[in-house]
Amino acid sequence: MKKYYLNYLDELESEAIYVLREVWAQFENPVILFSGGKDSILVTHLAKKAFYPSKIPFSLLHVDTGHNFPETIAFRDDLVEKLGVKLLVGSVQESIDEGRVQEEKGKNATRNALQITTLLDAIEDNKIDCAIGGGRRDEEKARAKERFFSHRDDFGQWDPKNQRPELWNLLNGKYFEGEHFRAFPISNWTEMDVWNYIKRENIQIPSLYFAHQREVVWRNSSWIPVSDFLKLEENEEVFSKKIRFRTLGDITITGGIESDADTLEKIAEEVSTMRKTERGDRSDDKRSETAMEDRKKQGYF
Amino acid sequence: MEISNNQLLRFTTAGSVDDGKSTLIGRLLYDSKSIFEDQLESVTATSSKKGHEGVDLALFTDGLKDEREQGITIDVAYRYFTTPKRKFIIADTPGHIQYTRNMVTGASTANAAVILIDARNGVIEQTKRHSFIASLLNIPHLVVCVNKMDLVDYSEEVFNKITSQFEEFSSKLLMKDVRFIPISALEGDNVVNKSDNMSWYAGGTLLNVLETLHISSDINKIDARFPVQTVLRPQSDEFRDYRGYAGRIASGIYRKGDEVAVLPSGFTSKIKSINTGEIEVEEAFAPMSVALTLEDDIDISRGDMIVKKNNQPEPSQEFDVMLCWLNNDAAKPRAKYIIQHTSNEERAMIKSVVYKVDINSYEREEGDESLKMNDIARVKIRTTRRLMIDSYRDNRNTGSIILIDEGTNETVAAGMIV
Ligand SMILES: Nc1nc2c(ncn2[C@@H]2O[C@H](COP(=O)(O)OP(=O)(O)O)[C@@H](O)[C@H]2O)c(=O)[nH]1
Ligand SMILES: [Mg+2]
Repeated sequence: MKKYYLNYLDELESEAIYVLREVWAQFENPVILFSGGKDSILVTHLAKKAFYPSKIPFSLLHVDTGHNFPETIAFRDDLVEKLGVKLLVGSVQESIDEGRVQEEKGKNATRNALQITTLLDAIEDNKIDCAIGGGRRDEEKARAKERFFSHRDDFGQWDPKNQRPELWNLLNGKYFEGEHFRAFPISNWTEMDVWNYIKRENIQIPSLYFAHQREVVWRNSSWIPVSDFLKLEENEEVFSKKIRFRTLGDITITGGIESDADTLEKIAEEVSTMRKTERGDRSDDKRSETAMEDRKKQGYF
Repeated sequence: MEISNNQLLRFTTAGSVDDGKSTLIGRLLYDSKSIFEDQLESVTATSSKKGHEGVDLALFTDGLKDEREQGITIDVAYRYFTTPKRKFIIADTPGHIQYTRNMVTGASTANAAVILIDARNGVIEQTKRHSFIASLLNIPHLVVCVNKMDLVDYSEEVFNKITSQFEEFSSKLLMKDVRFIPISALEGDNVVNKSDNMSWYAGGTLLNVLETLHISSDINKIDARFPVQTVLRPQSDEFRDYRGYAGRIASGIYRKGDEVAVLPSGFTSKIKSINTGEIEVEEAFAPMSVALTLEDDIDISRGDMIVKKNNQPEPSQEFDVMLCWLNNDAAKPRAKYIIQHTSNEERAMIKSVVYKVDINSYEREEGDESLKMNDIARVKIRTTRRLMIDSYRDNRNTGSIILIDEGTNETVAAGMIV
């Protein structure tokens, strides 16, 4: 007899598509938060499936730190063109220039926390009522508490101890004027699931994820790429290494790992033997035990 | 690791405070090698800060600042691990504050519940409560772990006594598949690795059991139900006349050519095509997300349900629900709420409370009409329009509802249609 059950990747896919369609049905003006990283690329890919043969009915919103890998921006523009969707950009540089936020100082300064203001401004300016993110519960302990539909008050804040219960597949996206939602369709995916799926579907991702030769310095226990935005310390030595990135973020703080994995197969293989979480290479999360929770409460992704 | 045909199993853990839920989950993650080095480092550091020797396994699961500071779990947290046989999602539900609310939430999507009992205490009131909720939420599989066996000299007698205690009271509950495992979460006996201390126990370890539970038939594959989430009307020339109904199959199997009825209108047609993304398929089954097209042009919108012509749900405007109240604000008598049922939304009123259930004694209490946080009651509900319902026992997806308070937009109750 034929067996009527799904394998885990198909089940995760089906769940994510369900959530994306609920977002479309329940909100007026939803967008996909697009960072150019693999998780937001995955969400975009799933949205394509969810609405085929219609076009993706969401705009993409990129919160641009200004500290980009040039490859990410090229990839973004190319994808937007191919999908025929609208791109919205919220610029952290503009927020700084307008005096909405203050640039951090010192060696470990990042624009990570500054993104919160830019993001919330973009949500307000564009009258966005739901921002779809690629956050996953396995990424970080505060994220493990996220709902699929996650409520934000009129200051854009998250109250993790007072969330709406989410039962069965019934998602409650009701809000009052000024409030908004974040939606996380790939909540239940792990890093491994993401790679296995990208490999299975042969999804295009930026070249930065594949092993390549690059100038780097050793900082905060990982290889930080040399770029126009990086201020080298006196004692820091520049190496040329074959590395790849597990996550893509602000170029000044996203560390690469030494690797020879230059195909999706090899990456999936490498990830399955990896002994550190992907966020372990991001200094923004190393600041304190609750760095992510603190940022998220204020309105971070 | 290529595990392409492996299934996904969702389970929830239940036990009263200090029975060892967090330790057990930590042990499962640790022994199945699902803990990463940086997580281990951070937990080891916190453990020694708190004066623990070695690693406090319980710390792997506590997430929020307050949780780690106070050593308690406030909200449902989800954990993930994969073995060569399956992918697992654990809903870790806290043991005290708002217990019922959290367990009901974690249980709603679970294939299995792992119930912990402290070997020193045996079956206690909480055990009965957790078992009741597991049965109420119709969790298909129940695994009862008698924990802390190391503290009772790994005694077979203690284990057998607890097993029969459990069987005695649970005979009043509807439960299909119940198993018992003696474990020590702290020492690791029978969690992932078979215990050397309990040679009298012939069954599998907890992980064995979770890897082999038969879950393919947990979803109803008989009664085909397809709630329409949204209608796809592409604007491109190529698909000018395309009209697709997007949704996730709630139960059953759909094939091309099947005769279907659209509810509530009752119009009938045949399935013309079934798509998952760009790929056209001959058949699809729950829980797949698909887009259907029909042979005939029928007016269909979100909230409608496409079913097989010869197997239809009961359209009802008044029905009984086992309701679990989830909000700090008590139910207002005869107040109106928004009711969500599949992709449909109407307004509803709680007409009356038939009885409340004491979840410790399983006794029914009549005459008390109040509904407060964590109360479970059988109520009569009336909706503004007919809903296409099934009983929850038959169908978890089309037999469940939530109520939303229009004044606060909060989800205030979860209900299982009787
Ligand atoms: N001796 C022994 N102690 C255990 C066992 N499992 C848990 N504990 C201890 O019981 C206490 C409560 O455990 P915890 O996992 O936090 O319980 P929770 O409240 O259910 O999450 C901790 O001190 C654990 O170390 C066990 O199998 N044997
Ligand atoms: Mg705990």
